[in-house]
Amino acid sequence: MAESEIKLLGAWPSPFVMRARIALNIKSIDYEFHQEKLGSKSQLLLESNPVYKKIPVLIHDQKPICESLIIVQYVDEAWSSGPSILPSDPYDRAIARFWAAYIDDKWFPSLSGLAKAQGEEAKKAAMDQVREGFLLLEEAFGKCSKGKDFFGGDRIGYLDIALGCFLGWLRVSEKMNGVKLLDAAKTPGLAGWADKFCGDDAVKDVMPETDKLTEFAKILFQAKANAPPPAN
Amino acid sequence: MAEEVKLFRTWSSPFALRVVWALKIKGIDYETIFEDLSNKSPSLLQYNPVYKKVPVLVHNGKPIAESLVILEYIDETWKQAPLLPEDPHERATARFWAKFGEDKVLSSIWSVFIKQGKEQEEAMVPALENLKFLEEELKGKKFFGGETIGFVDLALGWLGNLISLLEEIVGLKVVDGEKFPLLSAWMQDFADAPIIKDNWPPRDRMIVKFQALRDATIVAAAASK
Repeated sequence: MAESEIKLLGAWPSPFVMRARIALNIKSIDYEFHQEKLGSKSQLLLESNPVYKKIPVLIHDQKPICESLIIVQYVDEAWSSGPSILPSDPYDRAIARFWAAYIDDKWFPSLSGLAKAQGEEAKKAAMDQVREGFLLLEEAFGKCSKGKDFFGGDRIGYLDIALGCFLGWLRVSEKMNGVKLLDAAKTPGLAGWADKFCGDDAVKDVMPETDKLTEFAKILFQAKANAPPPAN
Repeated sequence: MAEEVKLFRTWSSPFALRVVWALKIKGIDYETIFEDLSNKSPSLLQYNPVYKKVPVLVHNGKPIAESLVILEYIDETWKQAPLLPEDPHERATARFWAKFGEDKVLSSIWSVFIKQGKEQEEAMVPALENLKFLEEELKGKKFFGGETIGFVDLALGWLGNLISLLEEIVGLKVVDGEKFPLLSAWMQDFADAPIIKDNWPPRDRMIVKFQALRDATIVAAAASK
């Protein structure tokens, strides 16, 4: 397939964009990456995603697909001959979708809540929420992985991607607050999983380095008033 | 194999209604367990420990929570009368609109109905913008699913009912037949479809419920100012 038939509109710091890139990597799909500039939106983005005007947007044969988890499912279904991203059993798929929705609806807001929290008390409350979420996810990891390395089993899958994309920002939060949020003592399964996820072939080239992301975070928080929120 | 399908719901939960409609469209036999959310059953707490909410579908002892997740599970497990299209891009589009309904439409409509005066006027702007997107999406189609009810119709359908209830309670027309001809027609066509028509919760009870909810919300908002 010609490279230009597949475009991904995104930005390197966005965990949501990373989800799409990991999915494309799993299927070994070549694509053109269009880096959006912070603080401005390209004409192509505004045309391809008129509803939300956000990244990531996948454009395949000139047809746009929006919303990161929807893109991941699309990649899995459109390139069905490659390694599977979602599990094959309908119940396992439902469980993966449930936890991915939990991550987007509950867990990620607690992590971004930490970044926005003002004062010690608010920060502590936010951190507690993140850690509580990790306890739930640790249990989910145990059930989904069934003793293997990933939520998806032997290979990374939908739920690994849904959660793993946030590891870069998690490390930035830990660094900037001088705390451990993903604690190997409390959540050993997830701690081990995190390292393996970041080392995976489909992930390592698109996971930003913590230092680079920390520098970006500082710029982002300083320019808070003008900067658009990351993706969707 | 004998299938055992149970649905935990309340009489009014619109999210549970989506599941009822899906099960009926596919002709699946199931047992209903009505929950009292002020006194949740041990079963509900066991089956949905994360959210402790309805709906929960239990299939042969295995629970699934979150209505849109349940709809996809039903579609993948029982292949008759498919809810999602076959084509991957069309599926992605359907999921997109269902999520848009969930994330944007509901909250923007609700905002209009719980506000008053100038705040209400301001709340109308995003609500109408969101409805315009849906109006566009209906071009050339009777239902979001095409000729027949599909995933997006089930995801958005109760919204049509809620809108008509709220319009009656507040005396404000939001889905104007002139501004939104396709959406108005869809709301009617969806409500008239046999399976849907037979499964709405009683309208008078819903009016009482939403009137009370709206009043309580307005009081709470005034108190917190």
